[in-house]
Amino acid sequence: MTSAAVPHVPAADSSAEWRRLHPLTPLLRGGRVIAIALGILADRSVRGGLEPRWVLAILAGVLPFALTYGWLSWRATRYGLVGGDLRLDTGILVHRSRRVPLARLQAVDVVRPPLARILGLAELRLEVVGQGSTEAPLAYLSEADAHALRVRLLALAAGRGETEPESAENVLVQVPTGVLVASVLLGAPAITAGVLVAAGAVAAVVEPRVLLGLAVSLVPAMAASGGVAVRRLLTEYGFTVAESEDGLRLRHGLLETRAQTIPAGRVQAVRVLEPVLWRRRGWVRVEVDVAGYGRSGRDAAKQRSATSALLPVAPIGLGSAMVGRVLGGADPARLPRVRPPRRARLLAPLSWHNLAVGLDSGHLVSTGGWLRRETAVVPWAKVQSLRLVQGPLQRRLSLATLHLDTAGGSVAAAGRHRDLADAVTLLEHGTVLARRARAASSHGALPPR
Amino acid sequence: MTDGAVDPTPTEIRILAGAWRRPAPRLLTVWRLQSLALLAVLGAMLTAVAALVSGVAAAGAALACTAAASAVAWRVSSARWRAWGYAERSDDLLVRRGVLVRRVSVVPYGRMQFVDVSAGPLDRRLGLATVSLHTAAAASDAHIPGLDSAEATRLRDRLAALGETRAAGL
Repeated sequence: MTSAAVPHVPAADSSAEWRRLHPLTPLLRGGRVIAIALGILADRSVRGGLEPRWVLAILAGVLPFALTYGWLSWRATRYGLVGGDLRLDTGILVHRSRRVPLARLQAVDVVRPPLARILGLAELRLEVVGQGSTEAPLAYLSEADAHALRVRLLALAAGRGETEPESAENVLVQVPTGVLVASVLLGAPAITAGVLVAAGAVAAVVEPRVLLGLAVSLVPAMAASGGVAVRRLLTEYGFTVAESEDGLRLRHGLLETRAQTIPAGRVQAVRVLEPVLWRRRGWVRVEVDVAGYGRSGRDAAKQRSATSALLPVAPIGLGSAMVGRVLGGADPARLPRVRPPRRARLLAPLSWHNLAVGLDSGHLVSTGGWLRRETAVVPWAKVQSLRLVQGPLQRRLSLATLHLDTAGGSVAAAGRHRDLADAVTLLEHGTVLARRARAASSHGALPPR
Repeated sequence: MTDGAVDPTPTEIRILAGAWRRPAPRLLTVWRLQSLALLAVLGAMLTAVAALVSGVAAAGAALACTAAASAVAWRVSSARWRAWGYAERSDDLLVRRGVLVRRVSVVPYGRMQFVDVSAGPLDRRLGLATVSLHTAAAASDAHIPGLDSAEATRLRDRLAALGETRAAGL
C-alpha cells in the first residue's frame, strides 16, 4: 500500500497549513480517460482499421502531454484550513480558490471508489448548507489523511478542539447481508425485473416470433430495474449505524464504500416506508433528509445512489427506535392521527385508508401511499414554509391539501385532502407551532446554520 | 379587516391576515396585452391559411374563433390578477394566487434565504417588478409579480432585513 508522505508545503505567511493531494491523484483522475482511449484504440486495431504501430505512436505522443498536464494540475492544487474555513486552491492558468465555511458543514463523507480502494486512496465529500451539489470534493487523499481530515473538520464544525482524538463510537445497528438481499428481492425494482423476465420467457415459449420485437422493449426495462436493485444491494451492503459525539455515523457499500456522518440536529425530516411485500416480515425502511444531500446539480445521480437511507431495512420496532433517536425524543409515529373526511375517497380511492395526519408541539406526522405506506415526520423547528393548495376538484368537495416544505429531497410531509376548514386551521396552527419551535431551537445549543 | 367587499372572487380560503394587497393594475394591462398580442399573431396566421385553403367562409370562422379566444383570455387574465394577493404579517409573509388551482403560501421571515427582484422588458417599461422568495426548501414558491418598482424595492429590503434578524439555524 502506498504510503508516500504528502509533501508539507509551508505557506509564506505560515498562518495556514497547506497540503497537497496524494501524488497518485492525476493517475486516478486521468486513468479513466486513458482507459477509454486505450479501449477505443485497441478496438480499432483489432478490427484492422488501425495498425498496432500507429496505436503505439499515438499513445507515445499523447501520454506525455496527459501526464504533464496531470502533474501540473496536481502541483497547483492545495488545500488547507484557514480561519474557520476549508480552502481549496486549484487551477493552472486560471486560479480558483474555493472557501467552505465550516460552520455550515452538514456532513462529511469518506468515499472509496473501487479503483481508489485498490491504491489505498479515498475521497472526501462535504455536504454544505445552501448548496445543491457536493461542495469541494477532495479527491484523492490517502485513507489515513482522509479520515484524519474528516475528524478535524467535524471537530471544528462542532466547535470542539482540533486536537482531540476521534470520539469513540457505539455501534447501534448492523444490517445482516441475508436480510438486505431478501429485502432487495422483495422490493419493487427486483419484482419488476422478475416479472419482465417471466413475460419474456412466456413469450418465448408461446410465440417465439414475437420474442425479437419484445426483446427490444423488454431488455432495457429489465436492465433498468435490475440495475436499480443491484445498485441498492451494492450501496447498502454491510450497513452499519453507530453513534458518536459527532452525530450518527453510517457506513455502507461493497465496491464503493462510504462513511457518512450526520451531526446531531441536522436532520430535516424522516420518513418510514413500509412496502406491502415487507409487511409480512415486519420490515421497514427509514430515510432521512439532511440539508445538503440535495437532488440538484451534476452529482444528482451519484447522490441518489449515496442513499438517504438511515436504515435500509429493519424490524419495525428498531425503525421506530431509530426515528425517535434521530429526532431527539420519543417516537412521534405514536401520535394519534386523524383521517381525512370520507368524501376524500373520491379523489384518492386507493390510498385513502392510509392517509392521516397527527401533530403535537414538536412534530407533524403524515401518512400516505397505496402499496407502500409512507410515514413522514417533520419537526416543527425544521419547517421552511407552509403551502395550502386546492385544485378544482378539491374545491367542489371543499377539501384542500396542506404541504410542509423542508430542506432536502426525499421527504414530503403533507395533509392531503383535508376538510377545508380543518386545513386552514392547521395552516394557522402550524405557523404558530413552527415559530415557537424555531425560537426554542435557536436558544438551544446549536450554532446557527 | 377581511377583503370580502373588495374581492369579488369568492375565495373559499379566507385567512384573516389584515389586508390582502394586490399587484398594480398595470400588471393586468401587461397580461392582457401579452395574451392579445399572441392571439392576434396566431389568429392572423390561421385566417391567412384558412383564406388560402378554403375560402372566405373559413377565414371568417377563423376570425370568429380568434375573437372568442381573445374574450376568454381577457376574462382569464382578469381572474388571475384578482386572485393574486400578498400580506405582510408580523412574523411571516402570505402569498395567494391561482384561479383553477388556488394556493396560499406562508413563508416565515426567518426562513427566507434570499429575495429576488426581477423585471422583464415590458415590466420595466411600465415600472413593475416581480419579487421572489427562496427558502432552503426547493418547493417554496412564493412570488409576487406586478409590484411598483418602489414597492418591490421596499419589500425586498424589508424582507432581507427581517430575514437577517430572525434567521433561524438549519
